[in-house]
Amino acid sequence: MNHDCSKHPVVQLFCVCSCFPSSLTTATLLLALAFIALPPAVRAEALDIPILYLEQTRPDEAILSNVFQEPANTGLRGAELGVADNNTTGRFLNHSYRLEHKVSDQFPPLLDAALSWHSKRNTLIIANMPPQSLLKLAQHPRLKGRVILLNAGSPADSLRQSQCTTGLLHTLPSRSMLADALAQLLVAKKWQKWLLVKGQRPDDSAYAAAMTRAAKRFGARIIEQKTWSFDTDLRRVAQQEIPTFTRARDYDVVIVADELGDVGEFIPYNTWLPRPVAGTQGLTPVAWHRVIEQWGALQLQNRFQELANRFMNSTDYAAWLAVRVIGEAITRQGSTDAAKLYSFMLSPDFEVAAFKGRKMNFRQWNGQMRQPIALVHPRALISQSPQEGFLHPHTDLDTLGYDKPEVRCDFSTSLENP
Amino acid sequence: MIRPIALALLLASGTVIATATATAKDLVYVSNEKDDTLSIIDLEKLEVIDTIEVGERPRGITLSQDQSRLYICASDSDAVQILDTDTNKLISNLPSGEDPEQFALHPNDHHLYIANEDNAVVTIVDTESKTVIGQVDVGVEPEGMAASPDGKWVVNTSETTNMLHWIDAETFSLKDNTLVGQRPRHVEFNKDGSRLWASAEIGGTVSIVDTASRKILHDIHFSIPNVHRDKIQPVGIKLSDDGRYAFVALGPANHVAVVNAKTYEVEKYLLVGRRVWHLEFSSDQSLLLTTNGISGDVSIIDVNKLKVIKTLRVGRYPWGLAVRKI
Repeated sequence: MNHDCSKHPVVQLFCVCSCFPSSLTTATLLLALAFIALPPAVRAEALDIPILYLEQTRPDEAILSNVFQEPANTGLRGAELGVADNNTTGRFLNHSYRLEHKVSDQFPPLLDAALSWHSKRNTLIIANMPPQSLLKLAQHPRLKGRVILLNAGSPADSLRQSQCTTGLLHTLPSRSMLADALAQLLVAKKWQKWLLVKGQRPDDSAYAAAMTRAAKRFGARIIEQKTWSFDTDLRRVAQQEIPTFTRARDYDVVIVADELGDVGEFIPYNTWLPRPVAGTQGLTPVAWHRVIEQWGALQLQNRFQELANRFMNSTDYAAWLAVRVIGEAITRQGSTDAAKLYSFMLSPDFEVAAFKGRKMNFRQWNGQMRQPIALVHPRALISQSPQEGFLHPHTDLDTLGYDKPEVRCDFSTSLENP
Repeated sequence: MIRPIALALLLASGTVIATATATAKDLVYVSNEKDDTLSIIDLEKLEVIDTIEVGERPRGITLSQDQSRLYICASDSDAVQILDTDTNKLISNLPSGEDPEQFALHPNDHHLYIANEDNAVVTIVDTESKTVIGQVDVGVEPEGMAASPDGKWVVNTSETTNMLHWIDAETFSLKDNTLVGQRPRHVEFNKDGSRLWASAEIGGTVSIVDTASRKILHDIHFSIPNVHRDKIQPVGIKLSDDGRYAFVALGPANHVAVVNAKTYEVEKYLLVGRRVWHLEFSSDQSLLLTTNGISGDVSIIDVNKLKVIKTLRVGRYPWGLAVRKI
């Protein structure tokens, strides 16, 4: 008996296996389906868990390397996958997660959405927005200390170092964590003399500042720093321009700070000296990348790709992780009470497995999630920091980013006005 | 000329004692995840005697009760393959659902419970009729799988949901769930089936669960000097039939923990290869074998002396083990 796999939904379930015996009858398949069991719940108490995802889109900027566009649904697809994962777990506990989202290029509509969300007694918000907006949201008197806000979109160090806010947690690594992760590898390889080149945007300066701080922390030396101001089309003349621009005393590596990927993409192979390139281009520190496949990550990559039809990036990962943090806290606490969840998330008992080979939890002094940082080039995982030998009295994960003594924040591990 | 060299090698690696104590005449099958092969070890000679090509990304492997067939989860081929152990030829495939990773053969010898890692189900296949006879929805990334000795329960672990799922083997329905530590990887019943041991890879613990109540009785923690606690990641577990020991593979900690199965105290840590994954006894339980993923080898432990006696190079990323008594 021949089945047309593509037309028969039941058969399709098994058709992925080319070896499926052709003698199998529809009756057998129906029998098989009859055995698909409904899961029993561990606890009887049903919980409904709404999560709000807010995104402020950044204005389009003209960049030279414009071949690969950032996907429009960056972040949101990660949150959606997190909700699907949570619901697979939730069905055994009678917990039901759902995601609502609001995307705008303006801040006020997003603030309104957050205020209206809280007025309906909802307390879980994931944000992907610029740091100025995020800070306004987190410090709004009607939201601060009342909602759990998870930052999946801004790597700004200020939000973790001087402007931390109770209730605001970060699943995306900070710039300093990325910079420290890269610096550790370069220092471990004894590539300690850096030529630092950067773009003119404020974010590029912030990245360069994080690299400068990392150099100081781990004993590397920036032999020279240059900011480009090219007014020609580098796609045509990079071979003439970049060698001159990267002319300097001897350096081991060129560090690029170009977050949008404007000029930076043209630096590798065009440098004055034959040296590797790292930073925002070349060897890049990231929260997540398609080339990560160890520690069971392949399964997460496959699930994401099936959902989104594209590769998972760092922002997607941070949004997925934010939803998983919520899921893990609710699964263990059996409650949706915001104060209870927040205290648990920031307690030493909280841990989440997130495909980086280590258990992850939050820093109690600024709400940043501790995590290993992958060092990748576009086609391979090169390393993962922290590197061996970079020691810390508490955990080597705290060698990445601002450590407790460096943080000047008024941050509490309990919600003030839930 | 070959003989003196072989003797010298045996002497150099200190295996003369091993061959003296090892009474088992076993063949060991090792699945090499990244080579798409099985290595076959002769346990009497303590050497790899053959390497055979199988489907893509072979992981879990297990023998039929009469040992005439070896079932192989060929994850990326989306199939369970059957190897004839007399000829070492692949003879047929079973339907498996997507991405089969691990499985357990029910004591009835013909129901194979397969964890389909990519789509959160356990598929039950009848190995005689070669048909899918049931599917059970479980948590995200089903992985570990064990059948209770009395055949009543089949337990599956879900790595991202962090639960043990208790499947009734008569009705193929889910009866209960036990929440455990982060990323549960492997489950193993004790001989009388009253206790279930479950490893949590990222949680770093092994939980002992009471089968009757499905509640955790005890959590075992591990600590090895000069190894960071985050690197202690329990995966494979094996319990000796005499009730004396539980052996726990500790992943990137590169050690196997020897646990007193009565007091749950850790008695010793044995250094093995890098990223130790799964474990299997020789048929007489005098030897314990480990797959070491990153170093691409198998360590052989003398169970009575609690010493590693030999390391054998196999393929890339050795994953599962099955021992056939000759």
